[in-house]
Formats: sequence, C-alpha cells, structure tokens
Amino acid sequence: MTPHKDNLDIEISLLLDAIYQKHGYDFRQYSQAHIARRVNNRMLITGLKNVTEVHAKVLHDETFAAELLRDLSITVTEMFRDPEFYKSLREKVIPILKTYPFIKIWHAGCSTGEEAYSMSIILKEEGLYDRATIYATDFNQQALNRAKQGIFSNELMKEYTLNYQLSGGKESFSKYYTSSYDNVIMHQSLGKNIVWANHNLVTDSVFAEVQMIFCRNVLIYFDRNLQNKVHSLFNASLIKGGILCLGSKESLRFNNAHTTYNELDSKHKIFKKKY
Amino acid sequence: MQYKAIVIGVSLGGMNAMKVLFASLPSTFSIPIIIVQHIGARSDNMWINFINTTSNLKLKEVREKEKVELGNVYVAPANYHLLVEMDETFSLTIDQRVNFARPSIDVLFESAAAAYKDKLIGIILTGSNKDGAAGVKRIQEYGGLVVVEDPETAESNTMPLAAIATTKPDHILPLKKIVDLLIQLEQNNLAS
Repeated sequence: MTPHKDNLDIEISLLLDAIYQKHGYDFRQYSQAHIARRVNNRMLITGLKNVTEVHAKVLHDETFAAELLRDLSITVTEMFRDPEFYKSLREKVIPILKTYPFIKIWHAGCSTGEEAYSMSIILKEEGLYDRATIYATDFNQQALNRAKQGIFSNELMKEYTLNYQLSGGKESFSKYYTSSYDNVIMHQSLGKNIVWANHNLVTDSVFAEVQMIFCRNVLIYFDRNLQNKVHSLFNASLIKGGILCLGSKESLRFNNAHTTYNELDSKHKIFKKKY
Repeated sequence: MQYKAIVIGVSLGGMNAMKVLFASLPSTFSIPIIIVQHIGARSDNMWINFINTTSNLKLKEVREKEKVELGNVYVAPANYHLLVEMDETFSLTIDQRVNFARPSIDVLFESAAAAYKDKLIGIILTGSNKDGAAGVKRIQEYGGLVVVEDPETAESNTMPLAAIATTKPDHILPLKKIVDLLIQLEQNNLAS
C-alpha cells in the first residue's frame, strides 16, 4: 500500500492543479519543497492560515493570484554570474561559434535579462555580434518587459563590473551603459540582436534550431521527470555539435540527457552535443 | 525512535566546531548528516578538504537531485539554498537570501522538517546571526529533536541564543557532549 500523503502535500497538489486550470501556469512538476516554501511565504505575508485558503484566493482574487505567480517564478540573476564560467565560455566556446556563418543562441529562462546582455557584450568583444541572434525567453512577462528595457539598479554595477573583469572582459564595463540617477540603462546596441519572447519551458515547444542553449539555474527547480522533458526539448532544438550551458551546480548525471552530450568543461557545466 | 537524518546549521566559528565534531564521530556513524555552513558566495568549499583531513566520515558537497543515503555527510554548495524533498532527494535553489544568507539554515531545516517529521535531529552550533531559529522551531513542531550548542561554550553565541529563544531545545550542550549524544542516538537507532 502506498502511504497516505499528509495534508500539506495534498493541499499543495490541489493548489497547483487550480493554478494550472485557472491561470495556465504549470508548477506541478517543480521541486515541491521550493513550492511549499514560496506558498508558505505568501501565507505569512497575507495572514492566511492554511493552503486551502490560498487555494480559494487563487481562484477568486486576481491580485492575489498575480502575486503568488510572481512568487513562484524565479527572478534571481546577475550579469556575468559565475565569472569563471564566462571566462571558460570565451576560451572554449567562442572558437566553436566562430566556425558558423550565422549563430543562433537560445537563452531559456532569461528572467530580467542580465545574462542575455552579458552574452551580447561577449559576442561584441569577440566580433560575432553582427551574425548572432539571441532568443531570450521566459514565461514571466513582467520579467521580460524589464529585460527589454535594460534598466538595472546602479547599486548592482559595482558587483557586475567585478564579475565582468573576472570573466576576462576587455573593456571598461561602464562603456556599456549610461547612468541616470539610481539606475543604469544598457546601451541600445546591446539589445539590437536580442529577440525577447514569452516561452514556457514546461508547456511550449521547439521554435528554432540553434547553435547554443543557455539555461542556467532554471532546471534545478524542476523534478526529474520535468528535467527529462525539457532536455528532450533542448535536444530537439540544438544542432549536432551545439553547446549547452547549465548552472555551476547542475548536472546531467540524474537524467536521460547525459548520453547526448560530451563535457566541454565539467567544472563550469558546458556540454557539447554529440554528432 | 528511529532518526533518519541530522541537519546542522553553523556560521561564524564553524570551521573549528566542525573539526571537533568530525574528528570525534566514528567512521561507522550511519545517520546521514546535512550541513549548512555560512560561507562566501564565491567560495569553492575547499574547507571541506580541510575538515576531511582529520574526519573519519568524509564530507562532500551536495549534488543536485541526489538521494540522501546512510552514512553520508552532505554540505550545501556556496551561493545556493539547499532543500530536502519529500522523497529524500536534494534540490538546490538560487532564491533570495534568507537572513542575509544563501545557503540559509532556515531553508534547509524547514524543508527537512517537512520531509522527515519526527525522525529528524536539528542542531544549531556557533554563529553570530539568527539564521536557523525559525528552522528549529519547525523541526520541534513536527516532533523532531532539537539540539543547541551551549551559548556559554560556543565560539559565537548569537545563533544558539536565537534558537533557544524560539524553541525549548531538547538538549543544550557543549560540542563534545553533542558528539556523545549523537553516538548514543545512533546506537539506539541500531538497537531498535
């Protein structure tokens, strides 16, 4: 006999069904511990006593539902996050990209766009930008809108500048943005070849054939089944010999994709699709 | 009582504390141990090697999605929150810092409490912040065992005091006595 689930499990699973049916966002195969934590945070903020109350509000209160959906999507990102990764990208991946006449890069789960701008900067410095297109996608429209604007807090620039330098940046980082009061705005030329588009990894399908897929710290939120599903999607989108970049603590070890790729850089989780 | 896992939260003063702890636990110690040590975002967790030079058990950094296994000691990677799922596998997240920390002790403890219920031991050691206080409270609510390092003997007493303020710990002990307790609990585990 399978053991009975406890109330919290049951309530969360019913809540996720409701969110999917009502709003079309599918969190049913996300890490449940993460979802439970986010739901619990929202309960504390709004003074709700249990998940069943959250359930009712998700169905009947649009404002609350929007807040909860925002909680459930992940928007933590940085420019040149893990500078060593970007250094390796410059050294090991750029020479491969240089062999293609046109370069299409899919940045899946780009959130507010910091890493898409980072990629633009590298492509420019390596003389590849004019033949490149970056498809930067996310299911969170609010994050995408912010990404498109390219406006970031001035406070973050000190850290981003350091990241850029550690990643092997060739210029003065301030060359890429204009300061205005508390914010900076990224130079428009950096967004010229970025196509910002709404795409949901969980529910949407392949839209292009690409030379590189960038999906850092997104799949960690998914359970193994969903990871496998998204890896099939990546596999169908990526050309043979194409590059897959994951987050620094992500691995292919526990999913079906590990036979599809060779490691190009095992430490920084850069993989090359087998021929 | 069968304990299935031990979670440990430690911050300032943690290197010394863990050196003592792991030099004293035997290599046969079977209950899995899961550790959040506050550490800089750019750390490569090389301190694990330092502890391993004198430890009978071998500490290792968690790999995303791996299953918690008997006899292993797991450490949260720098700059990621570590959570335990209901099926006793690990997940990592890069959510906002909690108590200014990523990894956060509360995040590990609260998720582990939900997964292991009354079969969890939560331990708060030395540290100069309040992370972990909410986590031990959750462990206690689920019927787990709460152990706090004696603030009198802890290198930094803020974190133990914060944990004592939110719970009535089952044990408040100096580090060496915590080792003895763990060995005793493990023996009880094996006997039952």
